[in-house]
Amino acid sequence: MTTGDESAVRSLTGTVLAGTVLAGTGVSPGAGYGPAHVLAGEIPEPDKESRHDGDAAAERARAERAVEEVAADLEARGDRAGGEAQEVLGAQALMARDPSLAIEVGELIERGVAAPRAVFDAFGKYRDLLAAAGGYLAERVTDLDDIRDRVIAVLTGLPMPGVPASAAEPFVLIAKDLAPADTALLSKDVVAAFVTEQGGPTSHTAILARSMGVPAVVGCAGATAIAPGTPVLVDGASGQVLLTPDPARVTEARAAEEARRAVLTAATGPGATADGHPVPLLANIGGPRDLESALANGAEGVGLYRTEFLFLDRETAPSGSEQEEAYRAVFEAFPEGRVVVRTLDSGADKPLAFLPPPEEEPNPALGERGLRMFRRYPEIMTAQLGALARAAAGVSAKVQVMAPMVATAEEAEWFAEACRTAGLAGAGIMIEVPSAALRAADLIRAVDFFSIGTNDLTQYALAADRQVSAVAGLQDPWHPAVLDLIATAASAASAAGKGCGVCGEAAADPVLACVLVGMGVTSLSMGSPALPWVRAALSRHTLAQCRAAAAAARSVASAQAAKAAARAELPGLDALAL
Amino acid sequence: MAQRTVSVTSEVGLHARPAATFVQTAAKAPYDVTVAKAGGSPVSAKSILSVLALDVRQGESIVISAEGDGAEELLDELAQIASAS
Repeated sequence: MTTGDESAVRSLTGTVLAGTVLAGTGVSPGAGYGPAHVLAGEIPEPDKESRHDGDAAAERARAERAVEEVAADLEARGDRAGGEAQEVLGAQALMARDPSLAIEVGELIERGVAAPRAVFDAFGKYRDLLAAAGGYLAERVTDLDDIRDRVIAVLTGLPMPGVPASAAEPFVLIAKDLAPADTALLSKDVVAAFVTEQGGPTSHTAILARSMGVPAVVGCAGATAIAPGTPVLVDGASGQVLLTPDPARVTEARAAEEARRAVLTAATGPGATADGHPVPLLANIGGPRDLESALANGAEGVGLYRTEFLFLDRETAPSGSEQEEAYRAVFEAFPEGRVVVRTLDSGADKPLAFLPPPEEEPNPALGERGLRMFRRYPEIMTAQLGALARAAAGVSAKVQVMAPMVATAEEAEWFAEACRTAGLAGAGIMIEVPSAALRAADLIRAVDFFSIGTNDLTQYALAADRQVSAVAGLQDPWHPAVLDLIATAASAASAAGKGCGVCGEAAADPVLACVLVGMGVTSLSMGSPALPWVRAALSRHTLAQCRAAAAAARSVASAQAAKAAARAELPGLDALAL
Repeated sequence: MAQRTVSVTSEVGLHARPAATFVQTAAKAPYDVTVAKAGGSPVSAKSILSVLALDVRQGESIVISAEGDGAEELLDELAQIASAS
């Protein structure tokens, strides 16, 4: 642990700001403590006119060392990651060690140009060549820029872009916002907590943090100004970020964390209300690698198996047998349980190289995504449904398949028919589009179940893009408009004698989970680390209390008032410190 | 000087993995090895960026040249990489 001057935070005027508290939105509960690792922003372009001090040979040697350091690091990270990442990082190392590039850099330095600028210009030449070629080559420009920025960072002493994959002790990762690429290699052993300046409760950071069971605070203004190495205490429930905290505060936070964990572990077994109304608690997973956490947290099955992870970052669709194998691994993990598979959910916001959208979409959230892509590429759907049917044959898990982004009864019928043709027993749809919720009674006739995706449902109901942090305040599933849509869908399913689950982030909020059950939702699916919290919250309230909380939440006019009204009906939350 | 003209048969052209293998193989030689598109100007076959920038697609022909000890064998090896599918 760094201490003293090094770890102190300084304001713009140079004042030491130890003990400062920053505030954001807590999106993943728990306490996290560790040194700040501030994710570097863009590496600025080195000054055009910058010259070295005349010793060209020394400057060349310096540039060569920096390039080799970066290449060796890329290679080492690739070796650790293995698989596809190893190939990508290995190719990057090969680019860094390109002899023509070294010649260019050397010639520029001989003419007096300082090493960082020489590197910038030498890379620039190839960057333009690749960008001009378009297609696959233009995509390599990002790889090239990443290498260039890394070399310049080494030469100038700027913080290295990207997230270190290992650390002596877990750090608090601080960034403006995090992209999936930044976080591919992260684990709980490395990250004690996340703090981002941007983003809301459904941002990538929030979802990742909850799925990892790591505390997180988003929308925390000023966070990236924290000096690297500063000890930071993060409260992922209240949203407080405390800099250079008193050791007593750290001890206290850790003790409180342990007490909460004790309450959590007291609730075990299948999900149910205090009076025994069963509510199956299921896990959201992205593939077989998430199974361990799901089982450890007592998931009764899988409520959302996101299959797109099989399809992402590759140039051709996975083969039927590769798909079948991944699906079977998940089915076999829950011999007694239910596994709900969501078919490929891609589109302009989650593009796949082999399923290009037909044109640039100005508003990808409203474009050709989810089931709409299957209508353009039905052969991909047929292949996926076929692989699912083969994997489901001969396993005891109850396999159900559902389609994302369904807006009309006609689409629901089309998908259900395709499932029947493939030989799949249970076909359902996600309720994410307000039209589907409003006319749920029409849609339920075509399918066996609903699963409500509250993230997209909120985005569409409030017309608030999930990627736009300026409207993150509207992206709140507690909004009574969203609650009304959920209640409409749940009652339509119940009237037809069918199930209606929730698999969005709303199900992971222990308070909202009680409200959802009160509105008639029949199962809850969430990132595994949230399961104990939701199990504990449900076990402390009767179905009647949940219904009263739901009625109270829907009787008011704002998200905040709805949350307060619901809490007032749920006295058992206090012991969970929620 | 030894020379080979080969038609690139890989689906991804002389990009991605074939390009990396091609360059790593050429880099083993202690002398210059060049590659050009038919009729185009040659670039160093040891430079991944130059090879990628040639943008050789499936079905296009390339000319590989080298001069030195074992150049014939090296060119055979490179030709095989370029023409493997």
